[in-house]
Amino acid sequence: MREVVVISGKGGTGKTSLTAAFAHLAENKVVCDLDVDAPDLHLLLDPTVTRTEEFISGHEAVIDPEKCTGCGICASMCRYDAIDAVDGVYRVDPLRCEGCKVCVAFCPVEAIDFPARHCGQWYMSETRFGPMVHAQLFPGQENSGLLVSRLKKEARAFAEAKGLDLILCDGAPGIGCPVIASLSQTDLAVVVTEPTPSGVHDLERVASLCGHFRTKVAVVVNKYDLNPDQTHRIEALCREKGYTLAALLPHDTIVTEAMVRRLAVTELENTDFGRLTREAWATITALLNA
Amino acid sequence: MIVAVASGKGGTGKTTVTASLAVTWSRPVLAVDLDVEEPNLHLFLKPEITSTEVVPLEVPVVDESKCTYCRKCSELCQFKAISVMGQVIMTFPEMCHGCGGCMAICPEGAIGVGTRELGVMEQGMSRETIPCLTGRLRVGEAMSPPLMRFVRGRMRAQAAQTGSDVIIDAPPGVSCPAMSAVADSDVIILVTEPTPFGFHDFKLAWEAFSPFEKPMTVIINRAGLGDDRVYGFCAEHNLPILAEIPYRREIAEHYSKGLILAELAEDLSERFAKVGQEVRRLASEVSHA
Repeated sequence: MREVVVISGKGGTGKTSLTAAFAHLAENKVVCDLDVDAPDLHLLLDPTVTRTEEFISGHEAVIDPEKCTGCGICASMCRYDAIDAVDGVYRVDPLRCEGCKVCVAFCPVEAIDFPARHCGQWYMSETRFGPMVHAQLFPGQENSGLLVSRLKKEARAFAEAKGLDLILCDGAPGIGCPVIASLSQTDLAVVVTEPTPSGVHDLERVASLCGHFRTKVAVVVNKYDLNPDQTHRIEALCREKGYTLAALLPHDTIVTEAMVRRLAVTELENTDFGRLTREAWATITALLNA
Repeated sequence: MIVAVASGKGGTGKTTVTASLAVTWSRPVLAVDLDVEEPNLHLFLKPEITSTEVVPLEVPVVDESKCTYCRKCSELCQFKAISVMGQVIMTFPEMCHGCGGCMAICPEGAIGVGTRELGVMEQGMSRETIPCLTGRLRVGEAMSPPLMRFVRGRMRAQAAQTGSDVIIDAPPGVSCPAMSAVADSDVIILVTEPTPFGFHDFKLAWEAFSPFEKPMTVIINRAGLGDDRVYGFCAEHNLPILAEIPYRREIAEHYSKGLILAELAEDLSERFAKVGQEVRRLASEVSHA
């Protein structure tokens, strides 16, 4: 079984549109949306949810105002500035609370509860392209990395049980916690970029992150014709670092047209963009099996 | 006055808007890049860097000669960053959230302070008039919130000291990094595009930021592309659309050269100056309410 994750560093380069097309083209796979913070893949795949699970992770501190004596030890020890007093009553800001338990441990009158935190939901679904695992983190929640790891674990168990060959994942932007979690045990990272200063800068950072985890990198340049100089820079970077340049895709409004119609771009017939995307997937498949 | 430029979906034009507002702002302004995972604002404002500071996180270092293996530290740690097995104590600094609990709870004073590098904070000056602050997460570091806290602290101190306004380029998404980037602001600008993905994530961002009860405004980028549902949503929820940036290849090419949108044409520069005025007006309404 192989695992592929589509990432980008910079947001909005076309990760999800490309993942949807790959989901259309790949066989015998489970699709997984690891952008648990702002997931979009379901908008194109239109999943029917067959199973919903709550995602409970970590804890949060809650001060009982009846028991609190207002000594302020909790606020003085909190490194996250999560505890404030309003008119002598101490309160934890759940958005800032890191769930470290320090205030709970040091409260002299045991006035602080530490309930489990309900951070989101995850789902098993069926789509026209096969099974899908996805999630929604609640707004402002932490632990997105743990939810990503959870989804990957569920996708792996499902793929093993059903004898599937591939886990195809749509990743999150950035290089932080959820992206690091998405790279674990991944065979190939497909990095989607664009020929702009931001695209190149962010590609360098996210591809170097893949290097940390010894994950193989394939690069797709979207809108390559927007700026030939920047595209040459990306090509040179790929040669220098040993990344496979999997495809150059043109700037084409057909991607948005497909999105508005809730289709993968390869579902539209006889388009240049669709043909190039099929070629890209063939290159990626060859790389996976190499 | 602090304005945060946020979006939900990545790549909708946050940095384009932030840079354009910064160069057309009519008062002294500090430009802050809080997208510490992938900071891009400097690629457009091109500040001359005047200082680079390493931002550390405090992690435990155990003095084994004092440790009695009582396990109080490992029982408190919620992040599996310190562990005691028999007569062996181990730390996992990359797991540590820097809460300081182990150091405080150790009855023997056996846990001292070490550091892990989160990344750096760069200070610089763009066009001799726009001071810039950038957080840059170290590649391989998972935790952006503590680095963001450091940059936000410096940002508030500088704004208080100089009396300047602040424009924040926020990270995408609606989880903790995005929320902490908008938490300090007086006004939020949501940048979106009229596509199904743009609209979906715009709604997520609106929902996530609504509990802050700050005025939210909208800039629609790539207007004319996709569909028009975002307009109906803004009308229904009284979200003022401050500007629309048309979908034109010329604009995308200008951006791909590292140039600032407000400087592409006179009318765009005037448009962003007006957005700035409107944002300051909204902020002053709030502060006088």
